[in-house]
Amino acid sequence: MKRTLAILELVRFVITVGIALLIGYLFLLFSTDEPTEAFKLFLTGPLTTQRRFVEFLNNSVPLMMTGIALSLVFQAKIFNIGAEGQLFFSAFGAMIFALYFPQTPWLHILVVLFGAALFGALWAFVPAFLKTKWKASELVSSLMMNYISYFFVLFLVNNFFRDKTAGALVSYRFPQSAWLSTLTRFRLNSGIFISIALAIAIGLIVYRTKWGYQIRATGANKKFSLYSGIKTSMVGFWVQLLSGAVAGLAGGIELAAMYRRFVWQSLPGYGFDGIIVAILARNNPFLVIPSALFIAYLRIGANIMGRTTGVAPEIVVVLQSLMILLITAEALLERFKQRAITKEAMKNE
Amino acid sequence: MKAIEAVEITKVYPNGVVANRNVSLSVQEGEVHAIVGENGAGKTTLMKIFFGIEKPTSGEIRVFGRPVHISSPKEAIALGIGMVHQHFMLVPSFSVAENIMLGIEPKKGFFSIDFKKMEEIIGDYAKQLNFDVPIWEKVLDLPVGVKQRIEILKALVRGAKILILDEPSSVLTPQEVDDLFGVLRKLVKNGLTVIFITHKLNEVKQIADRITVMRNAQVVGTYDNRNITEMQIVELMIGRKFEYDIKRERREPGEVVLTVRDLDYFREDGAHVLKDVSFSLRSGEILAIAGLEGNGQKELVEILTGLREKAKGEILLNGEKVLGQHPWHLRKKGIAHIPEDRIEVGCALDLSIAENLISDRYHSQPFSGKVVYRKSQVIDFGKKVLREYNIKAKSPHTMVRMLSGGNMQKVVVAREMTNHAQVIIANQPTHGIDVASSEFIRKKLIEARDNGKAVLLISTDLQEVLQIADRILVLYKGEIVAHLKNEDLNETELGYYMLGVKRQEKIQGSL
Repeated sequence: MKRTLAILELVRFVITVGIALLIGYLFLLFSTDEPTEAFKLFLTGPLTTQRRFVEFLNNSVPLMMTGIALSLVFQAKIFNIGAEGQLFFSAFGAMIFALYFPQTPWLHILVVLFGAALFGALWAFVPAFLKTKWKASELVSSLMMNYISYFFVLFLVNNFFRDKTAGALVSYRFPQSAWLSTLTRFRLNSGIFISIALAIAIGLIVYRTKWGYQIRATGANKKFSLYSGIKTSMVGFWVQLLSGAVAGLAGGIELAAMYRRFVWQSLPGYGFDGIIVAILARNNPFLVIPSALFIAYLRIGANIMGRTTGVAPEIVVVLQSLMILLITAEALLERFKQRAITKEAMKNE
Repeated sequence: MKAIEAVEITKVYPNGVVANRNVSLSVQEGEVHAIVGENGAGKTTLMKIFFGIEKPTSGEIRVFGRPVHISSPKEAIALGIGMVHQHFMLVPSFSVAENIMLGIEPKKGFFSIDFKKMEEIIGDYAKQLNFDVPIWEKVLDLPVGVKQRIEILKALVRGAKILILDEPSSVLTPQEVDDLFGVLRKLVKNGLTVIFITHKLNEVKQIADRITVMRNAQVVGTYDNRNITEMQIVELMIGRKFEYDIKRERREPGEVVLTVRDLDYFREDGAHVLKDVSFSLRSGEILAIAGLEGNGQKELVEILTGLREKAKGEILLNGEKVLGQHPWHLRKKGIAHIPEDRIEVGCALDLSIAENLISDRYHSQPFSGKVVYRKSQVIDFGKKVLREYNIKAKSPHTMVRMLSGGNMQKVVVAREMTNHAQVIIANQPTHGIDVASSEFIRKKLIEARDNGKAVLLISTDLQEVLQIADRILVLYKGEIVAHLKNEDLNETELGYYMLGVKRQEKIQGSL
């Protein structure tokens, strides 16, 4: 029965993707003269050249890390969706450590990454503390912290750390000792290895340590966990801090590897996409790896289509979102699954 | 004439549980038809289908001979079906009249409600049945028996010709049950049809004309009450011979383990639910706290187990003050707890059986080292317990959600009996589960007592209390009103104390 359900789940996923693609294609029919060409690029774009393939992998790095961060809190049924703000704030933190810490080789980049994680945890501390101390809804407070992070960091960067010699609103450039290396001539973000390792490590924590048991039990039934003697509010508190640290690391890696200065004037959106990644992975940190790759593939495929065909950039974003929406729609094909369950159940006994 | 019929009804729930499998049943007009079966046999599901709360996966329903599709309670009511749920569906802050006429209030002009007409209508119905209901009082403070009458009136006012009662006696005292049966007889005399779900067989024998037995989602058969004995019904229900063989030998209790002194508690809503409660519990005894639901038992247990804060008084565990400590500490010091609500508190439905069994000891050997959680050890332990406690499940990996009520409760009991605690607080340990599982759990409690554990049994089931307790305290409105040795006691006597009709002037013996 369990295997049947797993197969069914996979079939369901494939069919949903199929339906999403069909609707996406119909959508393109109305927005371009060459729908077939555009659609082909959308589907295969990331695989057409090495450069594009690397672009796709690089895009998956922050998605994977925010996906891990969010799967952690979701696992404990805590709806802290502050990954976006944590990532933004910790990118700022990474910048501080990059610009002001002595330029010792190796040590410097480590400090930058740990600093970023620390800033992320710090930002997650606020909703975690408010929740533990006064039972304030973490959903609301983490969402508000996203806005605070955005405007506060922009204010600081644009007023105090802005590189006036650069032609854009960006910070001073990081010294070389604070760079995270990129590989090949297409600049593959070496953070991809960190994020895959992290997904596995966090997965092991969740499923193979006693703290992981606490997290899963608290998420499965909080009253039950308290009754069993688990200090559930402490679990909730620490899991949010750990999640903040992971999201923070994402911000640090992105700047140290890809931009080497603070470059964002708007929220990059990785924290929000991380929610999708985590949900698609059913909050399983191991499954975050394929899930993040999948979302990144969709994103980059759509971008390539936008760049090379006449499809308007707004339409590209609409198409992307439409696809993700359809694919994550849980209820789709629920009846189909239901019928199979019924059949299976009647067959038994 | 047949009032209501189910023809080949099958119901499969979204999680794959088959609740009804080709169930056929016909209820004659003007009879009291009892449906009996163990918990999880599919009685309630069938009633929910009759009342339009659940849709059958396949099969047909006929009401007064006509095939119908009932897709909501509203449609069921229109067809003349009324239902009194086990947990009452009343608005506590509304008056009795408002509750009865909710949604069908007689109007005066466009907006205002005709309260006089309302009183007339309700008065008419109440008089027919000799009901004495306080029409303008708020439902909030009324006794359960009265609430149930309100539910019955609610159904009648809406024109019910078929009345379904789901476990109507589970919340009532023996005296209130007698009253209820009087009412049901009158209803039938007036031409109504009554369907009555229960697992209390002595009541079935008293009131039913015909009895349908369900087992394992199927109908075993329908029998005339005159041609069947209680014992035969039990055997049909559980599908095998049944021998009631719980034996409790006299034993001298040991040292005092747990002492409660002047425990006083006000709930968040201001209700004074525990008034200077004092007692002590010894090792090697079962002390029962009897009482009707809602007399402070829930709060008492939650305070004793660290789930409720801000009580005044003293709780001593082996001489150490433990009031207000976190469950983590209390469990470490040897308090085990079988909670009243196995679904909300006692289990995590989406964790496996094995992981549910170790929720209080996942952190210690052999299940965990300093860091690593050893899944294989957990599974091995699960396998062992599954065997020892005869829990019916495919494997320890099975999610608890898939288990029937009785097996779920056994998982809870198994966890609390295997943790080497000194004190076992068992709150309604056999509430709403099948006969065989109940018997098993009661035996386990006696076994624990014989091994020198101190058992505090909180129960509203008088049979259970009389069967296994050594001493009995009766809790009424937050006070201990009687302290009795379990010798030559009967249900009626206990019932009087529970209802507050009688109380001991001075609580007898040492508490």
